[in-house]
Formats: sequence, structure tokens, C-alpha cells
Amino acid sequence: MLEQLEGSQAVARTVALCRPEVICAYPISPQTHIVEALSDIVRSGELAPCEFINVESEFAAMSVAIGASATGARAYTATASQGLLYMAEALYNASGLGLPIVMTIANRAIGAPINIWNDHSDSMSQRDSGWIQLYAETNQEAADLHVQAFRLAEEVSLPVMVCMDGFILTHAVERIDLPRAEQVDAFLPSFEPRQVLDPAEPVSIGAMVGPEAFMEVRYLAHAKQMQALDLIPQIADEFEAAFGRASGGLLRRYRSDDAETIVVALGSVLGTIEDVVDELREQGMSIGAVGLKAFRPFPLEEVRAALGHAKRVVVLEKALAVGIGGIVSANVRLALSGIQLHGSTVVAGLGGRPITAASLHGLFTRAAADELGPLEFLDLDWDSVEQELRRMRESTRSGPHAENMLRDVGTVASRSH
Amino acid sequence: MTDPDTRPTKQIRFYQAGSFAVGNRLLSPDERTVQARTERSNTLTSGHRACQGCGEALGARYALDAAMRATDGQLIATNATGCLEVFSTPYPESSWQMPWIHSLFGNAPAVATGVAAALKAKGRTDVRVVGQGGDGGTLDIGFACLSGMFERNDDVLFICYDNEAYMNTGVQRSGATPPAARTSTTKPVGEEPGNVFGQGKNAPLIAMAHEIPYVATATVAELRDLEEKVTRAMAIRGARYLHVFVPCPLGWGAASHDTIRLARLVKETGLFPVFEARDGEVTEVSKIRRRVPVEEYLVLQRRYAHLFKPKRNEAVLTRLQEMADRNIRRYGLLPEGGEAAGLPGDAGAAAGLEEVRAAVAGEAAVRPTPGPGLLRTIAGAPRGLR
Repeated sequence: MLEQLEGSQAVARTVALCRPEVICAYPISPQTHIVEALSDIVRSGELAPCEFINVESEFAAMSVAIGASATGARAYTATASQGLLYMAEALYNASGLGLPIVMTIANRAIGAPINIWNDHSDSMSQRDSGWIQLYAETNQEAADLHVQAFRLAEEVSLPVMVCMDGFILTHAVERIDLPRAEQVDAFLPSFEPRQVLDPAEPVSIGAMVGPEAFMEVRYLAHAKQMQALDLIPQIADEFEAAFGRASGGLLRRYRSDDAETIVVALGSVLGTIEDVVDELREQGMSIGAVGLKAFRPFPLEEVRAALGHAKRVVVLEKALAVGIGGIVSANVRLALSGIQLHGSTVVAGLGGRPITAASLHGLFTRAAADELGPLEFLDLDWDSVEQELRRMRESTRSGPHAENMLRDVGTVASRSH
Repeated sequence: MTDPDTRPTKQIRFYQAGSFAVGNRLLSPDERTVQARTERSNTLTSGHRACQGCGEALGARYALDAAMRATDGQLIATNATGCLEVFSTPYPESSWQMPWIHSLFGNAPAVATGVAAALKAKGRTDVRVVGQGGDGGTLDIGFACLSGMFERNDDVLFICYDNEAYMNTGVQRSGATPPAARTSTTKPVGEEPGNVFGQGKNAPLIAMAHEIPYVATATVAELRDLEEKVTRAMAIRGARYLHVFVPCPLGWGAASHDTIRLARLVKETGLFPVFEARDGEVTEVSKIRRRVPVEEYLVLQRRYAHLFKPKRNEAVLTRLQEMADRNIRRYGLLPEGGEAAGLPGDAGAAAGLEEVRAAVAGEAAVRPTPGPGLLRTIAGAPRGLR
């Protein structure tokens, strides 16, 4: 049924339709609206049986989910940013134990400096935690991906993160087609755990593994993600057949099949990119876009097939690997191993810096003219950076960067949002 | 035939009669310990890799067998990283004859909450949950999760096996390490050898401050008491906490055969009060049977050797005695009317104190000569030892 809904509400209501039995919640922006809505849904009895646990930290949230999942319950939580880092140890544990927990990430920057706005630093920092990572482009896709995520997680017995851009998606009100309960029930069978804590059949879970088997256990985690590479498009196809709309999959090509310049990105920025691609196409530029929907497992072959013919590839990233530059681009480059083309990494939108169509228009025009260097920072205020670098040269006690630069900018409280 | 007149006038007394000290032989079958029953579950079964004399292995076996009996085998355990986890699961061998999960060092209480929540959602409230860990996993790195579990009153019994340091990683100081004790990060070097005199981190009292329905302490010297407390805890719903004092021969530099003796002495000195609390209030205290100076306890452990050699550190010994004395006052650890008045089953009630000492110990306990500082302390003690 079509409704005008905030992204968080759409996700919460879709998660509820997936009938999680244990939900654990700890507040952090911009994820909070999701668990607030789920709290209402559980308290009103609309979702039952379900235990909603208000925990004392994100580390506890993931730990409660681990205990619940290992006891055979479908478990869900949501977090962002610092919260995701705070649960990092438990993330590796959940995936290492092969527990099919589903978690929403409302993507947000990581401090310091503290910043509540959107980028992909949080989920990118946990890309190798063993979790499957799916990225939503729209709120409709964010909602739909949760239904697919539970199915995927439980089939391969691995945890899944559904990543959606904080504020840009979570707080945006859009038209959403929420799935119906009976549709979800038909699509998502009840959870049959591969391992379960049960007095009738006692098992030990979490034993120490030494050099004799550790490599093999780790390899299995990889093997399961490779299975997910096949399953993700399969589940997306089934979803389309059942719900009548395309959502998810490994990647999405947009006017890229014949394009000389291809822009690669993840998440909500794809919408803006596609608009700019349309404009430039009208002006005669041979340009297209490829949106990555699954970042872990990384679809090497599909990316190679989608990009291999291009003259140049621009990877637009909402994260920065300090000391090298791109995270997504390093993965894309591996997919293009042996293929000669011009590649650029563009770091953009950190900490909620708006990525405007005008900026992208200029960027892609420069790209098509081969004017981009290997690493670019979109709309970086070079004057401000130069000024701080000058202060550092002039004084050994030049003070804290963030505060110095805010003083230079002269903005009291952010006007980004 | 023996002439009735030549019979010994002094009747031989089985001092154990009426007490639980003898184990079970003089008890009726229904009073026998869980451990003495043929149907005990052997939850932590033999073959594990714990050190000889490990207090934690002993405590865990008694506690979990009692919990298994109390729940008719419907029990799941979560375990923090640590000695208990490592020595029990050298896979493919596992000593756990129950569903058991180890996740991380600092999250055993939260994992237990998750298990309990799943069981509740599934309508399996007949299955109960025990979380367990050492003092590091409970008091330090797992403290936030423990407090959260208490505060929400989740249906979990959490058992801390306290051996007063990080033993699994090589005896480093924890928040439960007592003052002056040597660990590998508080060595007896410098001006103030051993662990600092901090303010302490009294986990049972902090648990009580959460006003959870049940908090108790126990030692592996009084295993029947431990079993009783686990049994009582499992009869209650909500968050429960049991803090078990478990000597560590390796970490403490003590003889393996002294584990029980040390656990007994720590209570008899007053250093470790054994009590039970309901809803935040102390309801039962195990009285000291035979009060002893802290020195008797300390001298058996190399972690305190620097207090005696090369010369006695009177100042520190006095402070440690004062800690014990404070516990005795605070918890009322001495029996009414002094120790000789006797509690039910107290050996001291029936026989001379020295006889009892020999009988109970059977082990010619090392008796350090009290130094002047200690004598001062004893002279200032409230009663019983004067």
C-alpha cells in the first residue's frame, strides 16, 4: 500500500513485518527513529511475540542479539557511527559465530571531530567484519532490503547490515509501498537456525580454535559470502516476482553499457548522479553510472563486466581512507585488474557536506576531459586548509584543528541541515 | 566384658554431627548435597584442563550442578572469556554437558540477557539462564553489561568466580585484586610493593545497590552453602548475582592442596564476608566460626611474601587486618556472645577451641607469630579474640 512515510518509519514497519523475536536498542542519531517506532510496535502488541530490550550500549545491543540469535530467535538491532565502532568487537563475534542477525546502519560520520551527519565512514570501517553489507539508494529500497536481508542472513547463516544514508534517507518523507504481512510471510520462512542452544540437545558454541583449524573456519566465512554472491541476485529476483518491484541485487547499471565515463557510487547519492548523467547525456557526453548495492560480498566479476569497457571510471566515495584515499575504489580497481583505464577516486560528502548536482556536473565534465587526478576531494575548502597548515608551520602550539577551522569559517552551529 | 565403671567418662563426640562438615555420611538422603547424588549432572565434567587445585573449576562444577538440579536440566550457560572458558573447551573436547556459549570477554551478562529474551519470546520460560565469568570479565571489562542486566532485572543468574586477578593472561591486576597483593603488573618493587590500597570495587554491594532480588557471596570452602545459594537463586525470577571466592594456586603462589583452606581462612579472617541479600538488604550472614588474624591467611600465599620477607611490613599488615575488622563490624560476622557461644553445628560449641582447630584443620596450619602491630589490632577487636 502506498503511503507518505519517513524512511525510519518505513524501515521500522517493514522490520516488524519480518517478525523479529528479539530487538535490542540503544539510541544514536540518526538511527533512533527506527527503534523508537519499533518500540511502539512491540509495546502496542502489534508485533508479538517479541522482546524489546533497552540496552546500556551498542556493545550490549550486539551482545544481546548474539545471545538471542544463538538461542534460535530472529534478532534485530540498528545503529550508526560511533555506535557501530563501539560494537566492533561483537560484530566480528556475531559473524565469526555465523549468527544471522540483521542490523540497520543509518550511515553517519565518525569523530573526532564529532559530527552527526551522513557519510559512509561507519559502515566502511567495518567492511571486513564478516558482515554482509547492502546499501540502499532510496527509502523504498531500504525497506525492501530488510525483507531480503533476513532471508539472506538465515540462508547463509551470516549477519547482514542494511546501510541507508543517515538523515538523507532516514529522515526523508517519501512515497513508500509497504509490503503486506502475508506477502512477507510467504517470502520469509520462519528461522531455522543451523546451531541453537537447547537443553534437549546441548552444544558448546564459541570454543577456542588454534592454528590447526582457524584458517579453515575463517575460509568458511568467506565461502559463505561467496554463496551470498549467488544468493543476493536470486533473492532480489524472487522479491521482484513476489512484490512487483526491483530492489537490491549486487549492482545496478544506469546508462553505463555504452558509456566511456562511468561513475561508481553507493547509497542515496546515486539519485543525484543519475540526474546529472541524464543532463550530460543530453549534452552528448558518453557517461553512465553503476550503483553498488552489495559491498560485502564484493561482486568482483559483475563490477568487471559493468566497467571493463569504459575509458575512465570515477569512484565517488563518502568515506576517506586516511593515508591512501579511496576504500571503494581499491575494491573496484581489484575488479579491473589487468584492464587499462583512467581511474579517479573522488572523496565527497564527508560529515554531511552536500553533494550538489552543480558540483557533480563540473566534476564529471572534468573527468570526461581527463582533468581529474587519481585522488580528488569534492568541494574542499582549500583556503581553510591552507590557513591551518600555515598556522602549523608558524607555531608549534597551533591548537586544535577543528576549533581553529570553525573560527575561520565563522559559522556558529552548522547550517548544513 | 567391660566394666561399666571403667568406661571413659568423656564421651567421644562426633563433632560433625549436626553440621555439614562431614559431607553427607551422617545426613539423611534428602539432605545430601547435589554433588553427592548419583544423578548429579556433571555439568562441567572431568577431563578439563584446569590447574590442580583450581578453585574456579570446583566452584563452577558445584554451582552449575546445583543450578541444573534446580531447573531439572533446563539450563543454558553463557561464559566470559577467561580460564573457565579456555580450560573447559579445548575443542573437540568440551567439558560442558549443557548448552553453553562463549562470545567475548566483556559481554557474558548481555549474551545471557539475549538468551533469556529469546526463551521468553519463544515461550520457553522453563529454560533458565546462567551467565558466568571471572573477576576481570565481571567486575572490569564486563561491568557495564552486568549493571545493565541488573538494572533491567533480566531473568539471569550471573556467577562471578573471583580469584582476584587476570589469571588466564598471566596474573595481572584486576579491579578485584586486594591491596598489597603481588600480581605481574603490581610487583613487589618500589616504595609500595604490591597492589595499591584503592577504594576497592565491591561487586556484591554494587549488585545490591541495583536492588535486584538476590545477591549472595560464597566460597569453595563451604560447598554446601554454595549449592544452597544457587538453589535459592534459581527459585527466584529476575536478575541474581552470586560472587564466589575461588583461590588460584598458580596466581596466588599457594599450594594446590591449600585451596579449600584459603577459602575457609578468607572467611574466618573477615576479609571476605559470606552473606545473602534480598532486594538490596542483607538477610543472612555466615558467622565466623573461629576468628583468625589475617596473617594466617596471607602467609600461605607467595603473592603476599613481600609482607613478611625480608622484613615484616607491619604497616601494611595492620591495614589489611583493619580491613578484615571493618568487615566484621559492618556485616556482624561474629556470632552473638562471641565465637565460643557457637552456632548450630559449630564445632566450637562442643569442644575446646584448640581441639577444634586441630580437628577442623587436620593440617597443622602455619601459625605465624603475631607481630606487635597485629596484637594491637586484635586487642582493639570488638570481641571474641581478646
